Amino acid sequence: MCAAVKYGSRGPALIPRMKTKHRVYYITLFSVVLLGLIATGMFQFWPHSIESSADWTLERRSVHDAPLARLAPTSPLPERGDLSCRMHTCFDVYRCGYNPKNRIKVYIYPLQRFVDEEGVAISSTGLSREYNELLSAVSDSDFYTDDVTRACLFLPSIDVLNQNSLRIRETAQALASLPRWDRGMNHLLFNMLPGGPPDYNTALDVPRDRALLAGGGFSTWTYRQGYDVSIPVYSPLSAEVDLPERQPGPRRFFILSSQTALHREYRVELERLKEENGETILLLDKCSNLSQGHTHTHAHTHAHSPRKRCAKGQVYDYPQILQESSFCVVLRGARLGQAVLSDVLQAGCVPVIMADSYILPFSEVLDWKRASVVIPEEKLPEMYTILKNIPHRQVEEMQRQARWFWEAYFSSMKAIGLTTLQIINDRIYPYAARTYEQWNNPPAVKWSSVSNPLFLPLIPPRSPGFTAVILTYDRIESLFRVITEISKVPSLAKLLIVWNNQNKSPPEESLWPKVAVPLKVVRTKENKLSNRFFPFDEIETEAVLAIDDDIIMLTSDELQFGYEVWREFPDRLVGYPGRLHLWDHELGKWKYESEWTNEVSMVLTGAAFYHKYFNYLYTYKMPGDIKNWVDAHMNCEDIAMNFLVANITGKAPIKVTPRKKFKCPECTAIDGLSLDQTHMVERSECINKFASVFGTMPLKVVEHRADPVLYKDDFPEKLKSFPNIGSL
Amino acid sequence: MQARKKYVLLALCACCWLLLFYWGGVQSRLLRLLSHQRGEDPPRPWPEWVDRALLPGYAGLEELQTPAGPGDSPRQRRQTWASIYRDSRCRMDTCFDFTRCQNARDGFRVYVYPPERGERVSESYRKILASVTESRYYTADPREACLFVLGIDTLDRDQLSSQFVPNVDERIRGYPLWNDGRNHLVFNLYSGTWPNYTEDLGFRVGQAILAKASLNSEHFRPGFDVSIPLFSRDHPQKGGERGWLLRNSVPPRRKYLLMFKGKRYLTGIGSDTRNALHHIHNGKDIVSLTTCRHGKDWEKHKDARCDHDNQEYERFDYQELLHNSTFCLVPRGRRLGSFRFLESLQAACIPVLLSNGWELPFSEVIQWNQAVIEGDERLLLQVPSTVRAVVIERVLAMRQRTQMLWEAYFSTVDKIVLTTLEIIKDRVFSHISRNKLMWNSLPGGLLVLPEYSTHLAHYPFYYLNLGLSPGQEFTAVIHATSPLVSQSQPIMKLLQVVSRSKYCSQIIIIWNSEKPPPHRSKWPPMPVPLIVTDGRKKTTSRFLPQAAIETEAVLSLDEDTVLLTSEVNFAFHVWRSFPERIVGYPPRSHFWDPVKQIWGYTSKWTNEYSIVLTGAAFYHRYYNHLFSHYLPHSLRALVDRTSNCEDILMNFLVSSVTHLPPIKVAQRKQYKELPSPQGTKMAPWANPEHFTQRQECVNTFASWFGYMPLVHSQFRLDPVLFKDHVSVLRKKYKDLERA
Repeated sequence: MCAAVKYGSRGPALIPRMKTKHRVYYITLFSVVLLGLIATGMFQFWPHSIESSADWTLERRSVHDAPLARLAPTSPLPERGDLSCRMHTCFDVYRCGYNPKNRIKVYIYPLQRFVDEEGVAISSTGLSREYNELLSAVSDSDFYTDDVTRACLFLPSIDVLNQNSLRIRETAQALASLPRWDRGMNHLLFNMLPGGPPDYNTALDVPRDRALLAGGGFSTWTYRQGYDVSIPVYSPLSAEVDLPERQPGPRRFFILSSQTALHREYRVELERLKEENGETILLLDKCSNLSQGHTHTHAHTHAHSPRKRCAKGQVYDYPQILQESSFCVVLRGARLGQAVLSDVLQAGCVPVIMADSYILPFSEVLDWKRASVVIPEEKLPEMYTILKNIPHRQVEEMQRQARWFWEAYFSSMKAIGLTTLQIINDRIYPYAARTYEQWNNPPAVKWSSVSNPLFLPLIPPRSPGFTAVILTYDRIESLFRVITEISKVPSLAKLLIVWNNQNKSPPEESLWPKVAVPLKVVRTKENKLSNRFFPFDEIETEAVLAIDDDIIMLTSDELQFGYEVWREFPDRLVGYPGRLHLWDHELGKWKYESEWTNEVSMVLTGAAFYHKYFNYLYTYKMPGDIKNWVDAHMNCEDIAMNFLVANITGKAPIKVTPRKKFKCPECTAIDGLSLDQTHMVERSECINKFASVFGTMPLKVVEHRADPVLYKDDFPEKLKSFPNIGSL
Repeated sequence: MQARKKYVLLALCACCWLLLFYWGGVQSRLLRLLSHQRGEDPPRPWPEWVDRALLPGYAGLEELQTPAGPGDSPRQRRQTWASIYRDSRCRMDTCFDFTRCQNARDGFRVYVYPPERGERVSESYRKILASVTESRYYTADPREACLFVLGIDTLDRDQLSSQFVPNVDERIRGYPLWNDGRNHLVFNLYSGTWPNYTEDLGFRVGQAILAKASLNSEHFRPGFDVSIPLFSRDHPQKGGERGWLLRNSVPPRRKYLLMFKGKRYLTGIGSDTRNALHHIHNGKDIVSLTTCRHGKDWEKHKDARCDHDNQEYERFDYQELLHNSTFCLVPRGRRLGSFRFLESLQAACIPVLLSNGWELPFSEVIQWNQAVIEGDERLLLQVPSTVRAVVIERVLAMRQRTQMLWEAYFSTVDKIVLTTLEIIKDRVFSHISRNKLMWNSLPGGLLVLPEYSTHLAHYPFYYLNLGLSPGQEFTAVIHATSPLVSQSQPIMKLLQVVSRSKYCSQIIIIWNSEKPPPHRSKWPPMPVPLIVTDGRKKTTSRFLPQAAIETEAVLSLDEDTVLLTSEVNFAFHVWRSFPERIVGYPPRSHFWDPVKQIWGYTSKWTNEYSIVLTGAAFYHRYYNHLFSHYLPHSLRALVDRTSNCEDILMNFLVSSVTHLPPIKVAQRKQYKELPSPQGTKMAPWANPEHFTQRQECVNTFASWFGYMPLVHSQFRLDPVLFKDHVSVLRKKYKDLERA
């Protein structure tokens, strides 16, 4: 390349000295070279696409083309799982490292077909549809890495979902033969059906060294808490049958039992319950030939028999029938984990789980008490009374919760796989772990609920006082009056003047009024309204008083009282004039109301106390383009602040004292009516805009304001703490 | 010629160039192809198999429902389990006798073995026993007990300790009820001894539940043992200090980012971590100080760092560091838990744990990852970058959570013991138990009694969490003590006033008079149902959790209360904004009398108040349940004996739950008609003795709570247009201005 450039650059200098014939020859040659270069370049770039298209055909491989791997009979066998394994003893955290994204990296071994000496496969099914789905979901997720050296977790492509299809010894040997096995360290195995007849162990019997096990049927004795992950037994019906979500509420049946393979003892108990409590209990069983006869569709019914259930000669569609009941029984079978749990959740039926010692799926993070009823097997006879004592509203809540659990964590192999990885991720980066609410609140609740960032009920001490932040442009005279007035408030700690005029310097220090507290001037880079809510480092108190440079009518008592009220409501806006939002039925949108109403949903920030944290939120976490909107319109910054605080705390602001407006009564004449009206229209527009950005109307309407305890009481004025509470 | 040469040269160059390119490209491709064939697959995403649709399912529908063999009877299986899973594999199913605890309300009773004569009991164990004995679960009768607590001090099982009690094994085997430890609860703080500090207690615990500090997760029997925090001898039994967090400063970072000050072990268990702590010390925002100066023969093991470290160690004050650090390292000591844990929780210094394998206190119910940073001893050097990366929202939230947990579960021995008992109780009555949200949000699990309800929306604490708001109706409960003689009695007027409120769903009269309740026809006709129940002449009966109260809001009234319908409506509106507080009319206040060194009570008009009397107040019905089941019998007996102070007690209760003052609404302070001088009978509250009694009550209550829960408030809530100079027609609550 260098050479070419060199010639190229010398070319023009040569050309004038050459004859035209030569010149033509030269040019042709040069263009040939150039074309050649382009062609090679193309070839260099194209090969990737050519190759990948070749690969693409390679990708369209069949499972049966996977390379064979022959296991010698003497190939090493892993040890049985170590019951004392925990993350800090059997897991190599160094592989995961410190990672700014707090995401573990997962590597998937390429598929191999393991066979023994005689060429017999180690598994009767090979790769199953479900495990393939899981692996492709992982490989599409941001957990996946193709770089084996950077991986923190390894997923073998050996399918051990169902122990019945495995040759235990050979599978173990296959695991140990994996190139990065290293005594199973950081390897994760997925298993849903552990154990085999007759005693059905509750964990995978394949020896697996220190590998983590995501198992679907752990008992408390095999589950290594904080190491293994308990997963659901996937129900293939999830993919086959589409059950639309049903509104929670009372259902046709109270209790339903749909399992066909119940132990005789359980069935006897259930029959007895039905006898005692009547028709609200439905006990289903396999359809025998007799009941098929009733339906006159012999062959057809038989073909779909797993999807039919019968009771007293009546045939019901499974799993649709589950939606007809409030509670659905999930009893243990040979194994603890039951695929029926998934069907039951999908139907939005509250599972009644009776499987002693069973570790519920994802119990490390899911709060099953909100979605299910767990009853000891011994108490099966009391089931009816226990369930009857659950309040109706709670049952509805549980139905909703059950369905949500299915959607989020049970519905597909992808959901199961990624949830498992997320749980392990949360253990490795506990400081970035998902919260209880994130795991357990369904989207509807997440949407309407709030998690207040200042949730601790504190009444901060009076002593640090508050910082008054005054936004000013050029009204120096009025500003100085405000400063003089505020400086009389006992709890004032500091004055911060936000100088928003870039063309003019603030007055000299000597000209400012003399005040007892520190006074600090910050100059801003741009004349923006949002500057008043910037979390300046100079604000050292929790409490901020935002005040305009023309608010001179607030008395010292009024301000001090406002601060005292804020101390009792440090998570709210505490201000003086209140405003209201109303729904305009004619226009079908929100309307801003500044009339003197009986209700309040906002307070003006022309003078309001609030927590400094809201400055931080306003500046850095304001949703959408609200901040820009405010700066562009030079209006509504107070409405935006009211929205922000109400949205994050779920609480209304507090209006203090009777104060209704800031301007002195005689000044009202100056505000022209037309000006007032356009102002109103713009503010209404703001409310509608903000409501659409927030996706909801977060403002809360209240009918109260705060006054001093002895306000307007017939009591000696000098004994009152706040005698001088101004009028309107 | 020269030019021609040049062309040739140029052409040659170009050819070489081209060839090189071709060769290079081909070669690299060849190489790749070769490596491919050598079997080392180039790593690439999991392929989309062409035949993926044809892959077999992992199990057939029939296989998913494998029945247990017919011989494998569930009942037999449970019995076999009980014989297999014992001792170190104990679980509630196999090692706990549920039949001893029959029903949820009275079934959970705890018996404490009486101490033998001459028995030496340490200060901490004395407090534990006192906490159990004073709790509402205590029983003196071993026959009705569900759980047993030993009288022998088992807290310190370090044989080298002076508190060590010998021969525990023989002594407990002498107990007739020991039964291999079944249904017994054994408390322990220190196990094992130098140098290995194992989990060995020096006696056979058998099937007893172990409530132990510094539990190792390998030895922990999940769902059976309870991990408790290590607490010092000076830990108060009651009351307890509040957390140190007074305000949420922003930005939440403090002077130091991370701190540790403590011993460095030069040898032995735990020395790996403690010996490395000095590596992260930077003297600026990370202060990690260790000293070798501990134990008798420290100079023998002294190494090169010791002198310098000891010097640096003296430069910083531990208390000052605790107050001024954002994060506090809590590394393991010889044992897994250390005093640092509770100290930093209280100090709102977010604990950074370096204690691999430690089963955190009450891990069964508390979600620690929201309050502490669980570090890994192996990754000590990553700790600084980890804590630096924690965003300010999270610091703020975690810090508040340390305070919430400290005050809910750890600030006193009472709370630690009660939490232990409640966890066990939740297991025994698992279908009437708290869910994780109840344990992990304010006001904490101890104040949430699941017998009341397991439904979150039935409590006043979770509305915001669930995105709900309180119900639109209330139940009025009127406490009547005087017989009905005339139709002009205040209660008649009150009934009219209350029933006229559109939010009133029903009225309940608690009849506590000497005379039997009057016939139904004597009551005026009303638009809402009226229920009269017999209060059995007990003052506390007005707060009984009656099944008839179906609304969340309760309006509590005295028979002679004077109110207007609009006052009722306004107060109800305010209550819906503050459902966890008492919202009402008559304010009272408490104060500290420095001369007499007691609490004072005043009904004078003052600038602040801390009590709102329940003669005219709204509160959530859950407080009725707490009043009757959470408060000790002794306090309720005091109220019944004196027929007084029930309202003060209710205020104590609610404020201790919320840590907030009640709310006074509107102007009315006089809520009763002044007694006419010619009145036949003086109202009880006008009696001067009545007042002294109330003063005494305040002090008795404060001593039971161990602190003064009441909080002062300086404002009242009025209607927005209250007494404003605007047209009366605009005002929704104009009547209030005449009151």
